[in-house]
Order: sequence, then structure tokens, then C-alpha cells
Amino acid sequence: MSLPFEDSPLTVAGRRFASRLLVGTGKYRDVEETGAAIAASGADVVTFAVRRTNLGQNPDEANLLDTISPERYTLLPNTAGCYTAKDAVRTCRLARELLDGHNLVKLEVLGDEKTLYPNVVETLAAAETLVNDGFDVMVYTSDDPIVAKELERRGCCAIMPLGSLIGSGNGLLNPATLALILEQAEVPVLVDAGIGTASDAALAMEMGCDGVLMNSAIAHATHPVMMANAMRKAIEAGREAYLAERMPRRAQASPSSPFAGRINA
Amino acid sequence: MQIELNGEPRTLGEDRTLTDLVESLGLAGRRIAIEVNEEIVPRSQHAQTRLNAGDRVEIVHAIGGG
Repeated sequence: MSLPFEDSPLTVAGRRFASRLLVGTGKYRDVEETGAAIAASGADVVTFAVRRTNLGQNPDEANLLDTISPERYTLLPNTAGCYTAKDAVRTCRLARELLDGHNLVKLEVLGDEKTLYPNVVETLAAAETLVNDGFDVMVYTSDDPIVAKELERRGCCAIMPLGSLIGSGNGLLNPATLALILEQAEVPVLVDAGIGTASDAALAMEMGCDGVLMNSAIAHATHPVMMANAMRKAIEAGREAYLAERMPRRAQASPSSPFAGRINA
Repeated sequence: MQIELNGEPRTLGEDRTLTDLVESLGLAGRRIAIEVNEEIVPRSQHAQTRLNAGDRVEIVHAIGGG
């Protein structure tokens, strides 16, 4: 397809990605479904969690990194499940060792189990430590523009506010605050968390987000591979609509067909 | 001697390296990362790193997550 404009790729910390859809690897039925859904999503960046290895059980357990190969995808280790800056920093360092020095991480430090809302105090502390330790930090945060700016000041390479609570599928509950973050940001802004269906993803992109990260919206659809494909199209459609610049909203109707030449005139 | 491995007590013979531990767990060649007493031990140093009684060892791998 040839378009009258050329879009620039998503660029995060100097890395360029063709797809603006980033996906998680949790909650799938098995690794085969994970692999098929991720392939259908067209994502270049794939996030995963770091956990203690099961010792003495399932020695032949399929390894996620065999399905999601570091040669094909840019792997984005995350600190999901961390409730303190200290644990998040340890997890990132383990991930860097796991991936032979790869330093791009998704930082998330959670506040409580009920909301999984980010603890921004711990997040800010972890961000500062990680950036000083040479990590490129994409950071999950609340949709607070002041916190977003503080994270950017600490050197985070992408700001990733929630659309709504992790795994809730409630979409973008506060587009007005997201718009404030977009307006001020000098690094990419990606919605991370809360996407429920394709229109949520398209809306985020139409607003000017640089990308969207999602997991449950795909993995918990009845047909994850089909939803992954839908999300790929939604992200592309939303991005193109943003670049095309939508028509102004009007209070009154405006006919699409000319008045002149009507048969009853 | 006793160490703590992934949060559980574990008894090892004396004079064991991290490589010995990894092999005894059937994890040789697997994509894992190891921390001893909250410090990363790079893969290149597993063979030279001797474990001491009371060491807290974490062995982690990648799993699905968002």
C-alpha cells in the first residue's frame, strides 16, 4: 500500500521498531498459542516475566525463550510482581544477565494486589537507580502528568501510563489526562494496561500515543490469535488516522452531497 | 553445608561451585540467571564461584507475563 506520507518507526532509546504494538506473554493456554498470537500481532517487542526456576519439577518444561526467540523479537523483561524498588532493580539485573547484557526493561512497581496500581514513589526510586546502572527503562506508571514528567527527568526512555487497571479490559478511562501526558512528553508514550478490545487500542493511537502494550486483551479473548490480528490492524488504523488528522467535530450537520443539481430544485 | 536456594533450605556437599550446583539441578545449558546474596554472578564466573554455608542463591528464568 502506498500512502501519501511516510511514517517514522517507533524509536525507543535508539532502537527502531516497525510495529507500534507491544505484547505480553502471560495468560495463554500454552506456548504454542503464545507463539501463534504473537506472530499474528505483528509485534516486534515482546515482554516477559522473570521468576524462580522450578527445581526438580518439569526439567523438560518448555522454555518461553525457545518460543519467543531473542533473534526474532526484541525481548522486554518486566518487573511484574515487584512491590519495592529494590526487588524491581534486582529483577532487572537478573534479566540483563539472562539476556546476555540486553539492557531494555519494562519497569513496573506495584502498590497493592487489589488494584495493581503503580506505586509511583518506589517506581521513581527504581527508575533513577536503573538509569544510573545503564538500563534503558520503559516505565509503567499512573496517568499523572506530573509523575510522567518526573520519570522522564530521571531518564526513562518511554512513559507507559495505564489506560485502566492491569487486566481489567476497561479501556482508556481518562483520555483527558492521557492527552496532557502526550502534550508534554519528549519521549515516546505508550498505553500499557487496560486495553480491552480493538477500539481501545485504536483510540490510544488516534490520540497520538506512540504505541500500545497489551497482554490480557489478546490472551483472554475467546480466540486469541484472531484478536491479535485485530489488534495489529487497530494499531495501524489508529496510527494512520492520527497522521491523517481527523476532521473537526461540528455541532451541525454538513451534507456530503452537493445541493446544486438536485432534480427538484 | 546448607544454603538457601530459591527461598528453600538445601544441603550441599562441601566445596561446590555454582557450575556444580547448576549441573546437579539438571539446569546445565538452560537459559537461567543466578544471584548469590543479592549480587548477580555472571555466567562466565559460575565455574570459579564457590558456595559458602548460608549463601542465599536465586536461580531464575523467563516465563510468560505482561
